[in-house]
Amino acid sequence: MSRRDLVIIGAGPAGMAAAAQAADLGLSVTVLDEQPHAGGQIYRDVDRIAPIRGGILGPDFTHGTTLTAAMRHDAIVHLTGAVVWAIEDQFRISYTRGGRGAQIEADRILLATGALERPMPLPGWTLPGVMTAGAGQILLKQSGILARNAVLVGSGPLLYLIAAQMVRAGTPPVAMVETQSRGDVMRAAPHMGGALRGWRYLAKGLKMLAEITRARVPRYTDATGIAIEGDGKAEAVRFTSKGRSHRIACDTVFLHHGVVPNTQAARSLEVSHRWDAAQHCFVPLADEWGQTDKDGLFIAGDGAGIGGAKAAECAGKLAALEVAHQAGRLPLAERDRFAAAPRAKLESELAARPFLDAAYPPCAEALLPDDKTLICRCEEVTAGDIRGYAKLGCIGPNQTKAFGRAGMGPCQGRYCGLSVTVLLADATGQTADETGYYRIRPPIKPVTLGELAAMDDNTLDAAE
Amino acid sequence: MKTVSPFLELEDAPRVEVSFDGRTLSLPTGANLAASMLAAGIDVFRNTPVSGAPRAPFCMMGACFECLVDIDGITRQACMVEVTEGMLITPPHSAEVRHEPS
Repeated sequence: MSRRDLVIIGAGPAGMAAAAQAADLGLSVTVLDEQPHAGGQIYRDVDRIAPIRGGILGPDFTHGTTLTAAMRHDAIVHLTGAVVWAIEDQFRISYTRGGRGAQIEADRILLATGALERPMPLPGWTLPGVMTAGAGQILLKQSGILARNAVLVGSGPLLYLIAAQMVRAGTPPVAMVETQSRGDVMRAAPHMGGALRGWRYLAKGLKMLAEITRARVPRYTDATGIAIEGDGKAEAVRFTSKGRSHRIACDTVFLHHGVVPNTQAARSLEVSHRWDAAQHCFVPLADEWGQTDKDGLFIAGDGAGIGGAKAAECAGKLAALEVAHQAGRLPLAERDRFAAAPRAKLESELAARPFLDAAYPPCAEALLPDDKTLICRCEEVTAGDIRGYAKLGCIGPNQTKAFGRAGMGPCQGRYCGLSVTVLLADATGQTADETGYYRIRPPIKPVTLGELAAMDDNTLDAAE
Repeated sequence: MKTVSPFLELEDAPRVEVSFDGRTLSLPTGANLAASMLAAGIDVFRNTPVSGAPRAPFCMMGACFECLVDIDGITRQACMVEVTEGMLITPPHSAEVRHEPS
């Protein structure tokens, strides 16, 4: 089994930037990524797509080609289509690639597994035709596929970005149903100073809003009582906005109210996490270099707390510098000298974040949905079921598994975990930290017996 | 047979034939399977093992497992697979329903 100085999981902005930085400092680096091409979700398939859809997707997308270019380095092995399902014993990483299991060892690991859409349980959210806004963007980026008749529901900058991209592509959304209120903007006002330091983001936001307005896309704000209706598939979105009820017919619904760190791999390694009240999610504990409370285990990018792609790029570089320092390849003074520029950039990238977090809070009724709404999509457990378990004495997410299988389906809690924590905390009066999260155990992605049986013989010998 | 799809395709790539649940689909070779099935008008990929409710792709990034299908007998996330000629695709363990409605 080969052993590398650094194995990076995820080839998005944090992973790509870290790989290039570490390789430049002489480390042997392997990047494992599930996708067939580098880029992560934000720069999905950017090398192929930038020339053909760069106009629709904009310069923030095509910027990704600078990162993929830096990844083409003799000291970097990029294994595409590699699905990691276990990380153990400082560190042996098991993954599947091309129908075969394989293992690799690493002195240090960087988790750069990015973000997931925040679960948005609303009545009807499991109907075919209802997708995350991120999914809508992935369809457009990677496949050039656009929803002809879509309603966008929720809040946050990504909702405007996808609306603007749909406008540019010639298929504007039927409507935007936005959950943020005037009060949220007022609450965000004290953070305006930070937002002005991050003025580029504000300018981009205003430009996107102008594009959406120019295309005459109807916008409904302060939306409540949102439900997706349909017989076997999404047919309409019903909601109330400013005292008036609406029902908008559509074929596709894109949901979004922020993204949250994908913590599955970190959780499986028992990294400590804490509740981040501003971002309404758990974040792993890590220092200014991304070093977690497990020796040699680093996290960078949105997986460490939501900061966006440019921030992830800086954080990836910083993690790589500390990895090189720990590996004895970079003296302390050099590390700090190299770190000055990415650290300053990171700070400026994060300046607008408190404003955005306050102005576009998660949709309240999707945080604490009514009793009939499904929370665990896989096992079809409702909010009422979870509240019922709390009444019976269930105090934490791991117990809900025993009560009713919540979190035990194929997604392993990725799209119900945060909802279950928040519902239980609300019912018991405990904090989110006290309530905790699902214990995540490997395999963190499914692996077939055939894939295990086909595991490379050399790999097995070395593992024994 | 061409079904009217709620999705519009900007690109046109060479197509190959695959089979889904007994239907022949003509999909762009090498394309993302879940995306191209949606574009071909497939609106239900599977029914849940709990209640039989219809499901289709939700996250398109390998996290939600809603787009599960059996490909040549092995259960896969359609959003993590590229289209190749002759794929035999069916809804996953179509016959199995875990909890009978009482």
